[in-house]
Amino acid sequence: MGGAASPSSSSSLDLLDIGDRIVARARDGEQVEAVVGRSRHTEVRAYDGDVESLSSAESQGVGVRVVAGERQGFAYAGTLDDDVLDETLAEARDNAEFATTDPHLGLAEPDGVAVPTLDLFRPALAEFPADRKVALALELERAVRAADPRITGVEAAEFVDAMGEGCVVTSTGIRTTGRSTACYVATYCLATEGDETQTGFGFSVGREPDDLDLEVAAADAARRATRLLGATKPQSGRVTVVLDPYVTAQFLAILGGTMSGEAVQKGRSLFADRLGEDVAASGLSLVDDPTNPLAYTSSETDGEGLASRRNPLVDGGVLQRFVHNAYTARKAGTASTGSAVRGGFKTTPGVGCRALSLAPGQHDQPTLLDQVGEGVLVSSVTGLHSGVNPVSGDFSTGAEGLRISGGTLGEPLREFTMASTIQRMLKDVVAVGADVEWLPMSAAGVSLVIGDVTISGT
Amino acid sequence: MIDESVISGLLGTALRTGADFAEVFAEDKRSTSAVLDDGRIEELSSGRDRGAGIRVVTGETTGFAHTADLSEAGLRSAAEAAAAAAAGGGGGTRVIELTRRPTTNPTPVEVQPADVPKAAKVELLRRADEAARARSRSVTQVSARYGDSRRRILVANSDGLLTSDDQVRTLFSVGVVATGDTGMQTGRQSVGHTVGFELFDRYDVDELAGRAADRATTKLGARPAPSGEMPVVIGKGGGGVLFHEACGHGLEADLVAKSASVFKGRRGEQVASPLVTLVDDGTMATEWGAFGVDDEGTPAQRNTLIEGGVLTDYMWDFLRARKEGRARSGNGRRQSYQHLPMVRMTNTYLLAGHDDPDDIIASTDRGVYVAQLGGGSVNTATGDFVFGMWEAYLIEDGEITDPIREGNLIGNGPKVLTDIDALAGDFAMGSPGTCGKDGQGVPVGDGVPTLRVARLTVGGTAA
Repeated sequence: MGGAASPSSSSSLDLLDIGDRIVARARDGEQVEAVVGRSRHTEVRAYDGDVESLSSAESQGVGVRVVAGERQGFAYAGTLDDDVLDETLAEARDNAEFATTDPHLGLAEPDGVAVPTLDLFRPALAEFPADRKVALALELERAVRAADPRITGVEAAEFVDAMGEGCVVTSTGIRTTGRSTACYVATYCLATEGDETQTGFGFSVGREPDDLDLEVAAADAARRATRLLGATKPQSGRVTVVLDPYVTAQFLAILGGTMSGEAVQKGRSLFADRLGEDVAASGLSLVDDPTNPLAYTSSETDGEGLASRRNPLVDGGVLQRFVHNAYTARKAGTASTGSAVRGGFKTTPGVGCRALSLAPGQHDQPTLLDQVGEGVLVSSVTGLHSGVNPVSGDFSTGAEGLRISGGTLGEPLREFTMASTIQRMLKDVVAVGADVEWLPMSAAGVSLVIGDVTISGT
Repeated sequence: MIDESVISGLLGTALRTGADFAEVFAEDKRSTSAVLDDGRIEELSSGRDRGAGIRVVTGETTGFAHTADLSEAGLRSAAEAAAAAAAGGGGGTRVIELTRRPTTNPTPVEVQPADVPKAAKVELLRRADEAARARSRSVTQVSARYGDSRRRILVANSDGLLTSDDQVRTLFSVGVVATGDTGMQTGRQSVGHTVGFELFDRYDVDELAGRAADRATTKLGARPAPSGEMPVVIGKGGGGVLFHEACGHGLEADLVAKSASVFKGRRGEQVASPLVTLVDDGTMATEWGAFGVDDEGTPAQRNTLIEGGVLTDYMWDFLRARKEGRARSGNGRRQSYQHLPMVRMTNTYLLAGHDDPDDIIASTDRGVYVAQLGGGSVNTATGDFVFGMWEAYLIEDGEITDPIREGNLIGNGPKVLTDIDALAGDFAMGSPGTCGKDGQGVPVGDGVPTLRVARLTVGGTAA
């Protein structure tokens, strides 16, 4: 059948070759983009002292975008077989026929911004043997069980790793490759006292196995589960909340969505006409920087093959800019901010923030709790996808946490909601912590103090 | 997809390290989606995914490998990888004789979407855009999505099973933004069924678009949602997600086995109000979660989970059923050939009761009426869940009054089940859903009659 890439390939040369061959078939007056990707991943799950499952897999595929006559079409295939490559280009071409014309459509073009060199690929992960992966998962489960006598079950203890490589080739002169490694251990455990059960999660992330800290993952999970034992439902009211770093990161990821050039142009951003205005407390600065090597989501190029770059979004509470890909930038009469995001080879590029972080403040969490005096520490939230509307700004999530009383942590609380609006929460930020923590998501965590949030309980 | 003789050879290879069980799951899926946004057909996208996943079970350990390479050599190397991952003590050669079992698909497809011209699919989007904008001057943005997929699967295992299924699904959704003095609000409406393009004989896209527009414009005049505990009435078809989250996940045998469910050890007990009879039914013709066989080759079934408030059974996949020495229930599902199957719901719904829906509202002094719940999530170990309200109103003095802004409801599964104090005789299935569990999404359906929960916590900002 020919053409199928060898799974043992250690460079992206064969992927580039496939990209080149597809793009070479571009006809006159037609732009063609090929995104070719391949990844390998292993997942080991331990349960009850045994290996519950061991999965190993390789995925590969190509996405083809065609722009012709001011119309765009797309097709993908989860295989690199030669016969399917032809079919995919033909489908993308055919699909373009049915789209609406738009003079701003077009692929990215080289913009002269130098591609940063980031240390994202570690050969040590590729060489890490399967039995060591199994040992890590088993050891994690043991560590969680040993962390506290009230831990009565470990629902999941796993080691996961992934190696990915890919390239973007276009008929407009883009030709970039990238590869990276990542691994993590994660656990989800149950703590029981009397007939009450609570749960907690913990994880540790890295680019190679040496980065992983099993003890941290185990201790976090055990602490999260046991500290909620005996939790009660708080009384409804307005309080000052301190968001744990993990919760802040989730809030920032939603906020990032409102700063996408696409949301702005389509009238779906609550910040659409507010560039240059005060949108947040004066001490708040937010930056999107996928060139930061500390960010697990960093990468040398964006989803269209342009160099990643640092984009300040909010500075001293003032809204500075929106993020753009090639299309939204052209439509806005500006340049791409290198913010094209795509979910692998199966989608066309969207626009989004890639590695958000708040400028850290002066104090660690205990000091912030002391300054707050009375309030609620929110340790986890649920239902962000159902209770937060990034268009209207309405914000309501399920929450768990601990009472802050006399400046220290008090009794555990559960089954309550916290509600406000995104607009008000930004204005009501009282302090940002010094405890920036990079997490495996598109935003970094940090303790965040927000005043005047409604909690609903009894 | 794969030749029968190749499959039995693969199963033999997979068992060579002494495994108890081996399975080949092959999939060939083609999908089309078309998106309209901002008044333009932005793109048509076509996708092709094909490959096989090979699972080998030895004792309590599962080995799994998948490949997009369906050549005999590619499949063989995946089988060897899976076998190595679940290496047992024994070994030797076993010959697998396969018996093909026919599949009864609950829904014969009338019009294969692949046979419908792309222009006809795109035209539906244009009509929806026009209809939503024509509905009200405050409609400022419209997006619409058309999607179809045809998923052909083949399952064979070392017990000699060989079966296949052909699953066609078609989906249409509309999202509207309305703008007024109070800012922007959104409304959505979607329909999806396990049918072909004949979906549009049953549903008029103009009407769907109009409903989405009405949701958005209604909310422009919405008051902040109240906060605190109060009675919540859920309209027919608008709240099946409540049962999906509040108890459905907790009845999945894999979570029960790991003590991660508040319903563990409670079979035969009264776990809900006597009004409650809950069913999970993969055979429900045309519904979003229907299929012929599940992703382990078990025929779809109708399973009663709770009857008259008494917990009758959990839902089962191959692994959990084998361990308990009982039959599978047709709930072994996976997102794709790249995933291991696990226990999943299909179409989960509450049977209708006898109350009059108007009486339920009239007998509620102060509370919230939810016409449409949004997504939700649950912690099965504690039973705590949340879900969003996409369309909701205040109930004051027994009457539905003002619309309220979006927010979450929060509650505890076992408590909510016993707090259901009214159940109407009406019933409707809800919108198509994608249920997420362990990072895998599968299509599911849900349905409810109008009902009342005596106390739920509403997570708004108003006192």
